[in-house]
Amino acid sequence: MIFIVIIFVVMMLAAAIAASIFKDLMSAVIASCLVSLIASILFYFLQAPDVAMAEAAIGAALVTAIFIIAIRRTKRHEE
Amino acid sequence: MSFISNYIYYIGAFGLIFIGLYIVLVKRNLIKVIIGLSILDTGINLFLISIGYIRRGTAPIFSKINIEIARMVDPVPQALVLTAIVIGVAVLALALSLAIRLYQHYGTLNLRKIKDQRW
Amino acid sequence: MRKIVSLILLAIVALGIALCVMNIPFGAPKTKVGNHYINKGREETGAANIVTSVVLNYRGFDTLGEVTVLFIAAVGLSAVLATRKKKVEKEIEPSSMILNTGCRFLFPLILFFGAYIFVHGHLTPGGGFQGGAIIASAFLLTYLGCRGRRVSERRIKVTESLSGLVFIVVGLLGLAVGGQYFLNNFLPKGILLSLFSAGIIPIIYIAIGFKVGSEIAGIIDKLMEES
Repeated sequence: MIFIVIIFVVMMLAAAIAASIFKDLMSAVIASCLVSLIASILFYFLQAPDVAMAEAAIGAALVTAIFIIAIRRTKRHEE
Repeated sequence: MSFISNYIYYIGAFGLIFIGLYIVLVKRNLIKVIIGLSILDTGINLFLISIGYIRRGTAPIFSKINIEIARMVDPVPQALVLTAIVIGVAVLALALSLAIRLYQHYGTLNLRKIKDQRW
Repeated sequence: MRKIVSLILLAIVALGIALCVMNIPFGAPKTKVGNHYINKGREETGAANIVTSVVLNYRGFDTLGEVTVLFIAAVGLSAVLATRKKKVEKEIEPSSMILNTGCRFLFPLILFFGAYIFVHGHLTPGGGFQGGAIIASAFLLTYLGCRGRRVSERRIKVTESLSGLVFIVVGLLGLAVGGQYFLNNFLPKGILLSLFSAGIIPIIYIAIGFKVGSEIAGIIDKLMEES
């Protein structure tokens, strides 16, 4: 049981480091969406179903969509 | 090993907070700074919920009429984090609209070049 | 140079925080306020979901502040991105028939699912904010799937303003009828676990669900105008 939690936390930290390293902004946004999804799973393990639903609906879907629309109106590659 | 199994949620939350702070301090593109702000927000919410956890507790919802209330998880941090997630999305939307406006005015999103331009 | 200085600063902050956090035990029972809400929450509010009763009954004024912050962000975004140029109607290639029909078929189903979540907010996990986000993602699906079809902006503004007004009017009614304080729970509590129970909590959650859904749909519509 603890083993699954350790795997998820390591995946979350790896995705956050990848969001800082990528130069293409679309890939960085997808990595931050992965951080939000794994955080939603960890909220469910901590016995908080309301917060898990809110984080999955708002953090993983709407924030990523707003980021992608904003990147389309500006530049795509970091200089 | 017991140290890791006790504090794994704290390590995850603080790892996210530090990576978010590093992106905000060091990176130069404005949209990457806003991505760092979003990661910082998620880390803080994870830390708040992991403080309210009780060992072998269950979720604070009465799905049947008489369920034992001896070990329910603390409901107050969950209510606070629900508010914090929605406010986070509002702040991000406003920050991205300011970034779009800056790009339309200056033509670039590099913070070093924007600061170097004089009036 | 900047990287090294910031890494040293973060290492000092990490050391300070780690020394403090080691004293917080993980998984030990903590506050007395939480115990009071769990023990007395059922008979004082009538809601089966304790987090809902904390958000809307014991801490209802904070939820009013949060709704105000969301409203200010939506108004600020519309004000910053306002232009004076006329909108040029670009020639948009229409999407294929399968995509168009599929999106139009899924749109009312997703709206129905979002409404189910915010109507049953006091019985099951869920509530106004989660249901409003699902409604907003139904509108996002329409924007992405059937290109060139926009929601009328006037209807979004009218829905959002009316829902905000319903929240404040219900709170002021509590002040007028019950007596002492704003957002008083003055309707009858009802039987536990039935749909019409818990006083004013379902009414406020329905208003919040409509408000959050139409607000975020308006934000996406404003951002997608010119791209």
